[in-house]
Amino acid sequence: MVAFALRRFASMLLVLFCVVSITFFLMRSAPGGPFDRERELLPQAKHALEVKFHYDGTPWQQYTAYLSRLMHGDLGPSTRYRNRTVNELLAQTLPVSAALGATAFCIATLGGVLLGGWAAVRRGTAGETGAMFLSLLAISIPTFVTGPLLILIFALQLGWLPVGGLGSPMSLLLPALTLAGPYVAYIARLTRTSMLEVLGQDFIRTARAKGLAEWRVVSLHAAKVALLPVISFLGPLAANLLTGSIVVETIFNIPGAGGFFVNSIQNRDGFLLEGVVIVYCALLVVLNLLVDIAYPWLDRRIKSYE
Amino acid sequence: MSDAANPSAWQRLLARGGAARWSLVLLVLVVLAAVFGPMLMSGMAGEVSADQFAAPSWAHPFGTDLHGQDMLFRVLSGARVSLAVGIAGALIAFFIGTAYGLVAGYAGGKTDGAMMRFVEILYAVPRLIILLIAINAFDSRMKMWLAGIPGLVSYSRIVILILSLGLIEWLTMARIVRGQVLALKSQQFVLAARSLGQTHWKILTRHLLPNLVGVVIVYLTLTVPAVILDESFLSFLGLGIQAPQASWGSLLADGAQAINPVKSYWWLLAFPAATMSLTLLALNFLGDALRDVLDPRAEK
Repeated sequence: MVAFALRRFASMLLVLFCVVSITFFLMRSAPGGPFDRERELLPQAKHALEVKFHYDGTPWQQYTAYLSRLMHGDLGPSTRYRNRTVNELLAQTLPVSAALGATAFCIATLGGVLLGGWAAVRRGTAGETGAMFLSLLAISIPTFVTGPLLILIFALQLGWLPVGGLGSPMSLLLPALTLAGPYVAYIARLTRTSMLEVLGQDFIRTARAKGLAEWRVVSLHAAKVALLPVISFLGPLAANLLTGSIVVETIFNIPGAGGFFVNSIQNRDGFLLEGVVIVYCALLVVLNLLVDIAYPWLDRRIKSYE
Repeated sequence: MSDAANPSAWQRLLARGGAARWSLVLLVLVVLAAVFGPMLMSGMAGEVSADQFAAPSWAHPFGTDLHGQDMLFRVLSGARVSLAVGIAGALIAFFIGTAYGLVAGYAGGKTDGAMMRFVEILYAVPRLIILLIAINAFDSRMKMWLAGIPGLVSYSRIVILILSLGLIEWLTMARIVRGQVLALKSQQFVLAARSLGQTHWKILTRHLLPNLVGVVIVYLTLTVPAVILDESFLSFLGLGIQAPQASWGSLLADGAQAINPVKSYWWLLAFPAATMSLTLLALNFLGDALRDVLDPRAEK
């Protein structure tokens, strides 16, 4: 078990390292630098800027210098927001993104499991067909359609919820729902399939034969096994929510870290982009690791750390 | 199992009735409209006119946009780009994924372990984000590269989107194919072929591949909507298809901006959204129905 965790940890670091390197060299190989958009600069002035923002020397020198600064927890300066470091920018915006992501994560897992479980128990009824059709619909509509539609209905027409921005906890509700929508559907489909499979097994028949109430059979006995595929989906779910939040933050004007992605690519703000990529990847890899460690612990039949 | 693509599978699919049949009809209609629609509409439709933000009417069933262009025309030409990217990207993913899965599953042992480890690592990377960066980095280089081929330069964004989306969407296909090959290769017909002295290449292409057709078709159908969604994600962020060309994603980006407290031009969002969602819904329905019919592991 410990060896398994250590090995996973090592491969986690490797993934992070690769992603950082790829992002760095892709960004540096793209035409145009961070100082090209300004008025024509004197060569000396440009060089001074490059030195100040660590853009001097060959790409390789920049890369090794960047890595050594990373080791000390310094993500570098931002060329767009000149008086602030990437660390400061992220410290300010990440909590907002995290709140949005966590809310969406809870909505997606809880909503999906309940909906899928309900559909499985109601097998063959119109309710099941309806629920599954709705799920497929939710998967087929991208978030940048549901977002504006929800704004149109709940914020502009009905006036129940704020249009965008970040004021009260209520203002997180629409964006979180938008972000979670397709994944509620995906998890519901996953839960339904595996629940149907489990409900047909012998130990469930035994539980029923013992005269247990149906809700106990489903929520205690069956759910314990049927939710395993859902748990293994939690890692990819986090990844998709992270990527999706870029769009949702743009639609709802939420001052989170996702907006930096597009801006920093367009502004050639190298260190800011790399900082965001590092944080997102680290989160993702850690979540995947947690799922992998929890999985065999939950399902004693699987020994993935052999 | 090798009868996966024979008429009886078709009959079983259509016998499922409702959803699957309507999905097929809808998809055929969308494809026909996308291919022939823009040609049949009067030449004026795609032109910029003074008729800004006109609400839907008989002259403009989908209304007009900021530049007075007919939205029906825009949606249909967007459909061309989105469908082309979706199909071509899915095909690339299909070739890579099938080949990779076949080799990994057939080789087995350490090779398989290493190859699947690599896939797992790629799963752990936020691929669309890396893709976003890569497209931006390579775009101008791609333009230079395509400059030698006349007529292709204006399509460089589309070409680069197809290539890169194909290059990231193959992972699921590889996993599925590899799982199938693992199950198949221990079966007696493979053993028989091997003991008859057939080469690995022949076993792979003549014996294993035909047995995979069903599963592969299912996931090909499901990859197309995934690629279309990815493309629209990139275009929505302004990093995919760029004006004057349009795809569903870039139209939706324009439409989303038209929804605001002051004045909502709902038709700019509603029509591209409805067209795209219906198409994706039909593709997903079809993929699901096909999976029930063709995938031996899907329990029913």
